[in-house]
Amino acid sequence: MLRFLLSRFAKGIVVLLAIAILNFFLIRLAPGDPAVVMAGEAGAADQAFLDQLRTRFGLDRPLVEQLGIYLKGIASLDLGFSYRQNRSVASLIGERLPATLLLTGTAFAISLGLGILFGALAAARAGRPADTLITLGALVFYATPLFWIALMSQIVFSLKLGLVPNVGYETIGAGHTGFARALDIGHHLILPALTLGLFFTALYARMMRASMLETAGADYVRTARAKGVGPAAVTRRHVARNAVLPVVTLAGLQAGQIVGGAVLTETVFAWPGIGRLMFEALAQRDYQVLLGVFFVSSAMVVGFNILTDLVYRLVDPRIEAGA
Amino acid sequence: MSRSWIRLLSAATLLAAVPLPALAQAPKSGGALQVVVTPEPPMLMQGLNQNGPTNMIAGNIYESLLRYDEKLQPMPSLAKSWEISPDQTVYTFRLQEGVTWHDGKPFTADDVVFTLDKFLREVHPRWRPIVNGQVKAIEKVDDLTVRVSLKQPFGPFLLSQEVASAPIVPKHVYEGTDYRANPANNTPVGTGPMKFGEWRKGSFVKLVRNESYWDKGRPYLDEMYFQFIPDAAARATAYETGRVDVLTGGAVEIFDVARLAKLPNTCVTTKGWEMFAPHAWVSVNLKNGILGNKQFRKAMMHAIDREFGRDVVWSGYGRIPTGPISSKTKFYSNDGVPTYSYDPKKAKELVAASGYKGEVIRFLGLPYGETWSRWAEAIKQNFEEVGIKMEIVSTDVPGWTQRTSNFDFDLTFNFLYQLGDPATGVARSYVSSNIVKGNPFGNVGQYSNPEVDRLFAEAAVAPAEKRQELYTRVQQILADDLPVLWLLELDFPTVHRCNVKDLVSTAVGINDSAKNVWKQ
Repeated sequence: MLRFLLSRFAKGIVVLLAIAILNFFLIRLAPGDPAVVMAGEAGAADQAFLDQLRTRFGLDRPLVEQLGIYLKGIASLDLGFSYRQNRSVASLIGERLPATLLLTGTAFAISLGLGILFGALAAARAGRPADTLITLGALVFYATPLFWIALMSQIVFSLKLGLVPNVGYETIGAGHTGFARALDIGHHLILPALTLGLFFTALYARMMRASMLETAGADYVRTARAKGVGPAAVTRRHVARNAVLPVVTLAGLQAGQIVGGAVLTETVFAWPGIGRLMFEALAQRDYQVLLGVFFVSSAMVVGFNILTDLVYRLVDPRIEAGA
Repeated sequence: MSRSWIRLLSAATLLAAVPLPALAQAPKSGGALQVVVTPEPPMLMQGLNQNGPTNMIAGNIYESLLRYDEKLQPMPSLAKSWEISPDQTVYTFRLQEGVTWHDGKPFTADDVVFTLDKFLREVHPRWRPIVNGQVKAIEKVDDLTVRVSLKQPFGPFLLSQEVASAPIVPKHVYEGTDYRANPANNTPVGTGPMKFGEWRKGSFVKLVRNESYWDKGRPYLDEMYFQFIPDAAARATAYETGRVDVLTGGAVEIFDVARLAKLPNTCVTTKGWEMFAPHAWVSVNLKNGILGNKQFRKAMMHAIDREFGRDVVWSGYGRIPTGPISSKTKFYSNDGVPTYSYDPKKAKELVAASGYKGEVIRFLGLPYGETWSRWAEAIKQNFEEVGIKMEIVSTDVPGWTQRTSNFDFDLTFNFLYQLGDPATGVARSYVSSNIVKGNPFGNVGQYSNPEVDRLFAEAAVAPAEKRQELYTRVQQILADDLPVLWLLELDFPTVHRCNVKDLVSTAVGINDSAKNVWKQ
């Protein structure tokens, strides 16, 4: 077990290093740099202005030297400094992290819970109206663009029905504190979390249904039934437990992306999370912030992959540590 | 007569007895104003960053020596009065008394001299050419008097003291520091009517009333919140649901303004852009093949249906320009200036005469929203109708800036602020000394005409009466040469609740302080 973990961690570090180097060069392929963007924003620029900014951003140094400084920084867990925002990247990410974790975590819980439930229900009622309804609903939510659902939900539930706020993290200027603030944030969370959650619910439900139906036809399930095990026990112990493995894989991948935020959802709902930070950093070519967010979300994906492997072993003891 | 009728009659009688001026509503203090700005600015230190959102927020924190009314006449701000020497080379500014910085330190002439002579000279790309090219000395006469001596008369000098161009910064905070790394950049200290309160990144900036503001009785608002909502449709919905009171110019797509204007308690104004007078055109890279041919440029100008652009794409907002100077800007003239009507037949003849062989013209789109994309599509259709092949190249903002700065385009949209005077806001796009890579707002089409260079140079320093003559000649030459294809004098309508009073009271509108704004 320890050997398995050490090996996975070692591989993870190599993967992270490769991603960091790749990201470093990848974002420099895009046209423009932070100095050019700020020159554009100033409404005027001259060479002196651009030179000042490039020196300040360290962009006047050779690319390899810039890479060396960046790698040395992340080796000591220093994600760098955003000269554009005059703040450390770690503090910028840290400031946005709670909002993102709240949104993606809630959406994750909704999607996993409802997805497994609806998927299992559809499989149990295969070919009946309930199955058709769930399958159709899943297909609609999966196929509809997220931003369209987001905008429509704002118009229907916020503008027309007045049930929930359409954008933001909280009521600005209300001065809520403590429990009242938590309630206010929860109220703002409803639309974005449901919008994001329903997309993944559809995904999990479809996967769970297919996996359940496939497993239900397996020899060992027939054997269990022949041995006289009751239908509920067969479904719970033999079908569901095995059928959930592909869902765990997908959930592991999604969980890894939690920290990366949900760019579209955060943008349409003006949710102040990391997805928006990343999107805006990209639009402004704020290299350090962009690299910082990429690195943190890559680390999370690698970490959750390792965790998924461990969960696999718990769910299915047949999987050996070294497999 | 019922009792209620008697009451009503009594009230009407009393009302009639009240003199009219007393009926004018007196501003009411208190309340918070919720404003949408987009995108979120990188910082609020206006000396170091002058993008639109920075100005809209920081224009309440910082102040300049002067403000300007909608006719561009200077008004007092940190300078309560000013004198100009008879030869127009010495400007003496008398400063307001009793002004303090938001950290409590007194504001003096030392701050003005430090700002104009050192700080902005080093960091501000718009102030630098003025101070380096035109100013001989900036001196403190006494604690409340500053004297600026020019090398020669410079027409637009008095217009150069607008808050985004020359915000006065605190000497005691910035002197001897690395300006761009100063921690105060995140918690700006100004003299303005509102003080920095809080910045929740990704959500909002909060400003609070400056209780020690020198203009007694102002500001009227207790708080201002500037919200950051990235999606244009969500911004419109936020207004409709009452989350925000003001949608600043450009916050919603222009085709959405007419719909929002019909909502109850909603007013729309296009005022407050007289100083900037944004002027939109198609930049033409004159070094790229057929685009250097004047006949071909004239063909393009006749091919573009500019009325359609204004009436359909821009929902009727704006005015068709006659040349390089906006009708809102000083020294505008259409006297003897060639005009270009929408005339596809004439355009076809000019295309044939120009020697155009069907090469594809690359049009670099401006990534500022749906309206600009639609406009590019409309122009593509206009061009195809007269036989010009055009391909739209999409990019993001840094990509556009990079490619335009490096002259890597055939045609592209651009729009520039005119800054009240052709010497500061117009000449930069046409003089050959400004053919410099790295600046998307320079002479990116690489137009070079010694006569135009001479006229712009002479006009900047000529006596006022001579300037009109020189600028009229410049407009005639440029309108004939067509170094760019002028499309529209843009209007950026501001949508707001009608009970938000005096929202726009100067030539820079919501880019200026909200000291006069109050909520009914």
